[in-house]
Amino acid sequence: TCSLPFKTLGGVENMKCGGFMSVLTDLVSNPAYCGFRDRKEWADLEPVPQDDGPNPVVKIAYSDKFTDVFDYFRALLKKDEKSERALALTTEAIELNAANYTVWHYRRVLLQALQKDLREEMRYITAIIEDQPKNYQVWHHRRMVVEWLNDPSEELDFIAEILSQDNKNYHAWQHRQWVIQEYKLWDGELDYVEELLEEDVRNNSAWNQRHFVVSHTSGYSDPSVLEQEVQYTLKQIKKAPHNESAWNYLKGILQDRGLSSHPGLLEQVLELKETHCSPYLIAFLVDLYEDMLESMDGGQGQEEPLSKALVLCELLARETDTIRKEYWRYVARSLQTRFGSGDPSVPTVETEPQTTPASD
Amino acid sequence: GTQVKDVVIKPDAPNTLLLDKHADYIAAYGSKKDDYEYTLSEYLRMSGIYWGLTVMDLMDQLHRMNRDEILEFIRSCQHECGGISASVGHDPHLLYTLSAVQILSLYDNLGSINVDKVVEYVKGLQQDDGSFAGDKWGEIDTRFSFCAVATLALLGRLESVNLEKAVEFVLSCMNFDGGFGCRPGSESHAGQIYCCTGFLSVTGQLHRVNADLLGWWLCERQLPSGGLNGRPEKLPDVCYSWWVLASLKIIGRIHWIDKAKLRTFILACQDEETGGFADRPGDMVDPFHTLFGVAGLSLLGDEQIKPVNPVFCMPEDVLQRIGLHPEGFLTSENMLEMSR
Repeated sequence: TCSLPFKTLGGVENMKCGGFMSVLTDLVSNPAYCGFRDRKEWADLEPVPQDDGPNPVVKIAYSDKFTDVFDYFRALLKKDEKSERALALTTEAIELNAANYTVWHYRRVLLQALQKDLREEMRYITAIIEDQPKNYQVWHHRRMVVEWLNDPSEELDFIAEILSQDNKNYHAWQHRQWVIQEYKLWDGELDYVEELLEEDVRNNSAWNQRHFVVSHTSGYSDPSVLEQEVQYTLKQIKKAPHNESAWNYLKGILQDRGLSSHPGLLEQVLELKETHCSPYLIAFLVDLYEDMLESMDGGQGQEEPLSKALVLCELLARETDTIRKEYWRYVARSLQTRFGSGDPSVPTVETEPQTTPASD
Repeated sequence: GTQVKDVVIKPDAPNTLLLDKHADYIAAYGSKKDDYEYTLSEYLRMSGIYWGLTVMDLMDQLHRMNRDEILEFIRSCQHECGGISASVGHDPHLLYTLSAVQILSLYDNLGSINVDKVVEYVKGLQQDDGSFAGDKWGEIDTRFSFCAVATLALLGRLESVNLEKAVEFVLSCMNFDGGFGCRPGSESHAGQIYCCTGFLSVTGQLHRVNADLLGWWLCERQLPSGGLNGRPEKLPDVCYSWWVLASLKIIGRIHWIDKAKLRTFILACQDEETGGFADRPGDMVDPFHTLFGVAGLSLLGDEQIKPVNPVFCMPEDVLQRIGLHPEGFLTSENMLEMSR
């Protein structure tokens, strides 16, 4: 399911198919669970009748509990009560709905006002994130606790654990980048990235992280670093030729200096074309020829790279990447205008064609 | 290997637009106030209302929603600091401040709130580096840069913040692939790209985008099923049909998408029984995906739906009424003009 807003409803995820039954089981049989009727601070509330079976009565009963907790939460908020029971209530509220940002705010206020043990809070937020790793609030809360403790020592291992469950978790990666940058934990990160790429060479997040690490450490301007990265990427491409991320990375690290200026690259790519071809390779070749033409600056010998590029654009539009034929036709027109017999001083005007109305 | 992460659209998937069913779905949605999902989503209620109202307006069904109740609700959500919360008893946040201002724009009722205080609230969230926090707890994200300028633009108060610094921060989030993430260095993501291109449109800085490079990255989101994903190697999702498509429209390259195939995908995400759209064919529907499915179809040119503005995700006629003309849909010509 979509990881944007509705997934962060946490509990709603569990409410599909067998979800109701599992929640019901928790209410009835979890030995660690203390029913509301047995808790002193809930004594003033009416007990919720328990029932069996996934029917509307159960659903409404659960909604009652939810409403109770949040009514009680709102009452404490209004009083601005800073107490242990208020903190305990935020725990209950978070369990019901970890996406409620106001509850997290209040919890942080309480943690500070009551001078709570932040190590214990780290253990708490660790458990919550493990349960619901795709939620903005939980990660932001963790960051605040790390900042308060000024102790990032658990972070890289913890994030790696979360990433082992979903190695593209956007929140986890942002948190990782923050920790590394804030506390200068660059050592070993490139190795970690390579481990992930060994597991899944198409992991776009890992490729992005590679760029993050290299650009903040050695940088790409050192020719030996650049060459190392180019060869590493080509090696990964050989393992899995249809890899958008690897080709984006290759283009990304070379485009400032110019794709055609890297020694031996054209030859390597042409060689790869024979055995490990893909639409991405052909697209890269087009970009390379374009860069070549740009650096020729109107001088001699434009015809060959131009005609090669145009042939490839047509191949992409007609056969290998037909879904993006509008893009490839644009590239061909642009090349033709700039480097062909057309007037090169006239920029290619990219305009949308008249939209034709759609009908069923 | 050549395995592509994608869905397969079944032959019996919906292939006609069921606008009446969607209108009925949204109209009924808020009325089930004891519904569990509804209760659970209270923390985003203001956005939920914005999604529902906007899609109803796009379908010309806004009159079916309870205007007075909603205006009263918004009034009760503005806090002393000027910020607006998702619901009563929740803390203020930029996300819900924008949603509230969008709703009030739809209803032409900005007077319901203290506009000066909203401006003060937004201004107070800008950081030294130009970025915006979402609220007083300091989470930084380019989503909030967008929320800030979109809110101020709708209120006609854009100059209240340091735009130059704000632009500088957003541009620092531009990546090697031409895309944008939530903070500098963050992976390019279609949702963030929508926020950043929308931001740059509102602030008149679209010429700073490499439209060809970004346009390429965006049209690469289209999978064989016709649907769009949010970043490489992810499944397609109807909400990305909005984030990606609107971004392409803003930078003038929407025709780089295969429109017919995308339309097929979006229509397949409808639920013929309940109405509404799901993230992908066969899943459960919700108002969020319903808005973005309909808005996506509008961008693709469906004449049964009102034209939608790609920056604000609101009906164009509302923005025209307000007098807002963000510089969207630029051609290379216009961009050359602007950079002179």
